[in-house]
Amino acid sequence: MPYILTVSPDFSPDHISGWYIFNTWLQKQIGEAIHLELYNSFQAQHEAIHLDKIDLIYANPFDAAMLVREKGFLPLVKAQGMSDEAIIAVNEASAIRDVTELSPGSRVAVTEDPDVRLMGMIMLEPADLTVDNVQIKVCDSYVLVAKQLLRGDADVGIFLAEAYDDLSNIIKKQLKILVQSQIGVIQHALLVGPRLAHRRDELRDTLLAMNVDEKGRDVLKNLSFDVWASIEDEDMEFMIDLMDTLNT
Amino acid sequence: MIYDMKPEHIIGEYQEVTLDLYGGIRRLILYTQIETPYPDGKLIVSTTDTSGVITHLNKSFVEMSGYTEEELLNAPHSILRHPDMPPVAFKDLWDTVSRGEKWQGYVKNLRKDGGYYWVKATVIPNVRNGKVVGYTSVRRKPSRTKVEECSKLYPTLF
Ligand SMILES: Cc1cc2nc3c(=O)[nH]c(=O)nc-3n(C[C@H](O)[C@H](O)[C@H](O)COP(=O)(O)O)c2cc1C
Repeated sequence: MPYILTVSPDFSPDHISGWYIFNTWLQKQIGEAIHLELYNSFQAQHEAIHLDKIDLIYANPFDAAMLVREKGFLPLVKAQGMSDEAIIAVNEASAIRDVTELSPGSRVAVTEDPDVRLMGMIMLEPADLTVDNVQIKVCDSYVLVAKQLLRGDADVGIFLAEAYDDLSNIIKKQLKILVQSQIGVIQHALLVGPRLAHRRDELRDTLLAMNVDEKGRDVLKNLSFDVWASIEDEDMEFMIDLMDTLNT
Repeated sequence: MIYDMKPEHIIGEYQEVTLDLYGGIRRLILYTQIETPYPDGKLIVSTTDTSGVITHLNKSFVEMSGYTEEELLNAPHSILRHPDMPPVAFKDLWDTVSRGEKWQGYVKNLRKDGGYYWVKATVIPNVRNGKVVGYTSVRRKPSRTKVEECSKLYPTLF
């Protein structure tokens, strides 16, 4: 049976082929059969995790906490110099100019990304908005979050900053950013599960050396970053503690 | 270490008070009525050892407190203690985290320049291999309504 690699369903659609190329590269490097399984919803991925089907996962920080604490996953690497940040935006024509002008009952467009939602809701707290007093509108993608704002079907949208930047200029011109988070320490992490844990050091060394040869560099380019950075156990624990403080 | 506050660091008109802090520390506090608004989108993060001495902090902490990283590292977290904060708030904080639970509350913090800033703080125990090895606090921007409530409530708790 091949090992299973999966990626948090919040990956950018532009990177799908990048992950396939990455998987091909990785299999060659470590001489194991690995199957890339991309789930199209968080729910489907969570089911697979609970059934212990996953061996390697590029996890969002929210799920990483559960994977490490409950499923015995161990941290390997993270994309260097990247962090997950959220953006709060409204329609350009909206009278709202500051988060604090929003009121309870506001319609908030979000995706299912748990960490982005968390960061976004924290930025709405200064206006006394909580999940209990707003109307959450869950969308399948950030483009659809933007469309809700453009059509006036939502008052405010929560975006992954990277996804907001990737919106077309035509869309961005019709939106207005109220706040962008500058947290810096929350980010996705590649984790290894119990079945493959015996090759952890080797996996980490292989990944850290990926930018040394040209092939590896090309593979990384397809994922839009230059080099992996190691995550020590304590770094991971720290990020989990941090997520824990935010998750209330 | 914590030192007495110095007039040359204070911006604006100030009042004086001496606070007795944990560990037998007496500190001369010079404080003003000048508020620094919490910056949008940022989190202030710090970690302490089990006795409340700062072991790790982020840039936002330095920016908002007015102290340098060197001044904050290894100092007791009470370096931020504002005289308007009722001692029961911190007793509740320590009682809660000592039980291994998460504490959340609104805190008025003192800056090096004598001014203050309000935060919504969450403090959790850092559990490693089943043992509490320290505490982490993450502060975020509080809602104005909550700050107004606490500004009225806290003076009644002394
Ligand atoms: C992780 C952590 C963060 C803390 N942050 C603050 C803070 O921001 N401001 C503050 O006045 N006290 C903070 N405290 C509480 C202080 O340790 C201290 O109890 C408080 O300032 C009152 O001083 P005292 O205990 O010496 O009387 C924190 C404690 C911990 C464990």
